Amino acid sequence: MVEEIEGGPSVLFIDRHLIHEVTSPQAFAEIDRRGLRVFRPGNTVATADHNVPTVDQHLPIRDELSRFQVNKLTENCERHGITLYGLNHPYQGIVHVIGPELGLTRPGMTIVCGDSHTSTHGAFGSVAFGIGTSEVAMVLASQCIMQPKPKKMRISVEGTLSGGVTAKDVILYIISKITASGGTGHFIEYAGSAIRSLSMEGRMTVCNMSIESGARGGLIAPDETTFNYVKGREFSPGGEDFRRAVEQWSLLKTDPDAVFDQEIRFDASDIELMITYGTNPGMGAKIGDSIPTLEEIEEAERATFSRSLSYMGFEPGTPIAGRRVDYVFVGSCTNGRIEDLRTVAGIVRGRKKADHVTAWIVPGSRQVEKQAYEEGITDVLLEAGFRLRQPGCSACLAMNDDKIPEGKLAVSTSNRNFEGRQGPGARTMLASPLTAAAAAVAGKVVDPRRL
Amino acid sequence: MTGTYKQKRMSIQKFTTLTSTAVPLPIENIDTDQIIPARFLKATTREGFGENLFRDWRFGKNGEPRADFILNDPLYKGSILVAGRNFGSGSSREHAAWALLDYGFRVVVSSFFADIFRNNALNNGLLPVQVSGSYLNRIFRAIEKDPGVQLRVDLEKQEISLLPTGEEEQFDINPYKKGCLLNGYDDIDYLLSIRDKIGEFEAQRN
Repeated sequence: MVEEIEGGPSVLFIDRHLIHEVTSPQAFAEIDRRGLRVFRPGNTVATADHNVPTVDQHLPIRDELSRFQVNKLTENCERHGITLYGLNHPYQGIVHVIGPELGLTRPGMTIVCGDSHTSTHGAFGSVAFGIGTSEVAMVLASQCIMQPKPKKMRISVEGTLSGGVTAKDVILYIISKITASGGTGHFIEYAGSAIRSLSMEGRMTVCNMSIESGARGGLIAPDETTFNYVKGREFSPGGEDFRRAVEQWSLLKTDPDAVFDQEIRFDASDIELMITYGTNPGMGAKIGDSIPTLEEIEEAERATFSRSLSYMGFEPGTPIAGRRVDYVFVGSCTNGRIEDLRTVAGIVRGRKKADHVTAWIVPGSRQVEKQAYEEGITDVLLEAGFRLRQPGCSACLAMNDDKIPEGKLAVSTSNRNFEGRQGPGARTMLASPLTAAAAAVAGKVVDPRRL
Repeated sequence: MTGTYKQKRMSIQKFTTLTSTAVPLPIENIDTDQIIPARFLKATTREGFGENLFRDWRFGKNGEPRADFILNDPLYKGSILVAGRNFGSGSSREHAAWALLDYGFRVVVSSFFADIFRNNALNNGLLPVQVSGSYLNRIFRAIEKDPGVQLRVDLEKQEISLLPTGEEEQFDINPYKKGCLLNGYDDIDYLLSIRDKIGEFEAQRN
C-alpha cells in the first residue's frame, strides 16, 4: 500500500498486471490521449484469449472486429514494450491459466486484470481481483489503483471430501449456501482441511468462482502444495532466490486470533456432487436432488426464481438428473487445466459420447494442449467423439463463434449460467469436469458415479 | 435518447443534482451480461454501446424491438434506471457502465450493487444510488401508479426523493468518490500527481 487517503480508498501498488484484448484497448487509448508512457511495462503481461477463434488459429482471424481488437492489443504492447503471448505463441492461453503455469503468479503478490475471474490467482495466497477498464488505465499510468478496504470473510471447510466430489462441487456448494451476492463487499479466505487437501488446480477453481458469490477476491494461505507448484516454472525464482522466497511466503498466514467480519464453516461430508439449475451460480443443488418447489422459495424471491426456471425451460419440483443434454463444454479459466482434461479422459476412455451430444473440449492454454497431447489424453477424447479446439475463453462467454444454440441445454465446466451467457437463448448447467464428461457419455444429466 | 452522453475526456462528467422520470426494471441479479452481452464487446472505443444496452431483453432474434420490454415502452423514459437488488453482478466489463451512460442514464437506483460495477459506474460519472428494499419498492409502486412521477437525486446531500410525496431517503457514498463526482475529477489525475511517491515506495521495498 503506497498511501491511504483519509475517508477514502487506499493507493495499492500492483505487482502483476495481466491484460487481454477486450478490456484493454480503451485504457491504452486513455494513456495515449494523455501522452503518457506505461509507467512500469515490465509488470504487465498480455495475452489474447477472450474473443479468439478456437479453430485455425494459424490463419488470420476471420471475424473483422475480433481481428481488429487482437491486432490493437499487439500494436499497443509493441508500442509500450509489454510482453505479449499472442495467438500461436507457445505460452498463449486464458489469462488466468497462463499466469500460474508460467510462474507469473506467486504468493504475496498484488495481481489485477480487467476480468472478474482474476480472483483465481488468490489460490497462491496473492491478493488478486478483477478491475474495470478505467482501473486498467490507472495501472498502466501509475502501476497503482485506488481501492476501498474490503471486509473479510473466512469460509472453512473441514473434514474429508467424499469420492467424486471435486473442487468445483465445493465452490458450487459454497455459493449455493451463501448466494450469488453473499460475498459482495468482501474478500474471502478459504481455509480448513478440505481446502488444504486440494491440489493447486483445485484451489484455483475454488478461488476463481469467488466472484460468483459477489466477492471481489478469494485466497488460500500458501503451503507446501503451493511452493511445489511454483517451483521450477518459467518465471519463478530459482535456486537460492527460490529458497529465500519460500521463507517469505511461509509467513503469509492469517494470525490465529485474526477477526473476520463474517466466519462461515462447512462440513466437507455434507458436500455432494453439485450442478446448477437456474440462471445465477447460486442456484445450485445436489445432482440427485429435485429443483425446489415454489413453496420452498421465500416469497420475495419467487418472481426471480420463476423467471429463471422459465428461461431454463424447467419446472419447479422436478428431478435435476435425467434431463437430456445437447452440449457439453469443458474449458474456461475455471476448469480448463490439465487435471480437468485428465478427469474427463478418465471417464470417457473406452466409451463414446452420446450421439445427440456435441462435446467441446477447449484447453486453457497452449501448454495444457501440448501436455494433453503428450499424455495421450487428446487421443482418448477424440476417440470418444469429443471435438478438441484450440485455447481461448470460447463458449464460456461466447464472444467468438463457439456459441450454444438457442434453447439448447449445455452442461458446462465454466463459471456463469446467466441468461444468454453461452449464446443468445442458450441454457447452461454448471458442473465439474467429471459430471460434464458423464453427461456427454450418457446424453443426459447423470451422477458420474452411477455411470 | 441514445447518445445524450458524450465523453470528451476521461475526467468524468460532474454530478450535482438530477431530477428526472425513471425507468423501472424490477428484476433481481441483473448481471453485466444482460446489460451488454459479450458479443458486443469487440469495439476498441467507449462510444456506441447504448445501442446494444439490454440487447437480448430489448430486441428479438431479428433485431425487432420487443414490445414487452420496458425500454421499448414510450410511457417510461428518463435518465434514472431503477432496478432490483444485486445490480451489475458478474463480469467486470466496464462496457456495462458505458452502455448505460451512452443510452442516457446518469443514475442507477437499486437496493444492492455488485462491487466491480459500482466502481466502474463511479469511475465514469454514473451514480449508483443504493436504497433500502422498502424504499425501492415504494419507487416501483409510485412509477407503476404514474409513469410520469419524478425522482430527485442530490449528491451533495446524499438524498433521493420521490417528488410528488416528498418521501426521501439518504444514501451512502465514499466521501472521496463523492468529491470526485461533484468536481468531475478522476483517479488517474490523482495517481499521476503521486508518481514520485510511488517510485519511492518501490525503491523502499526492493
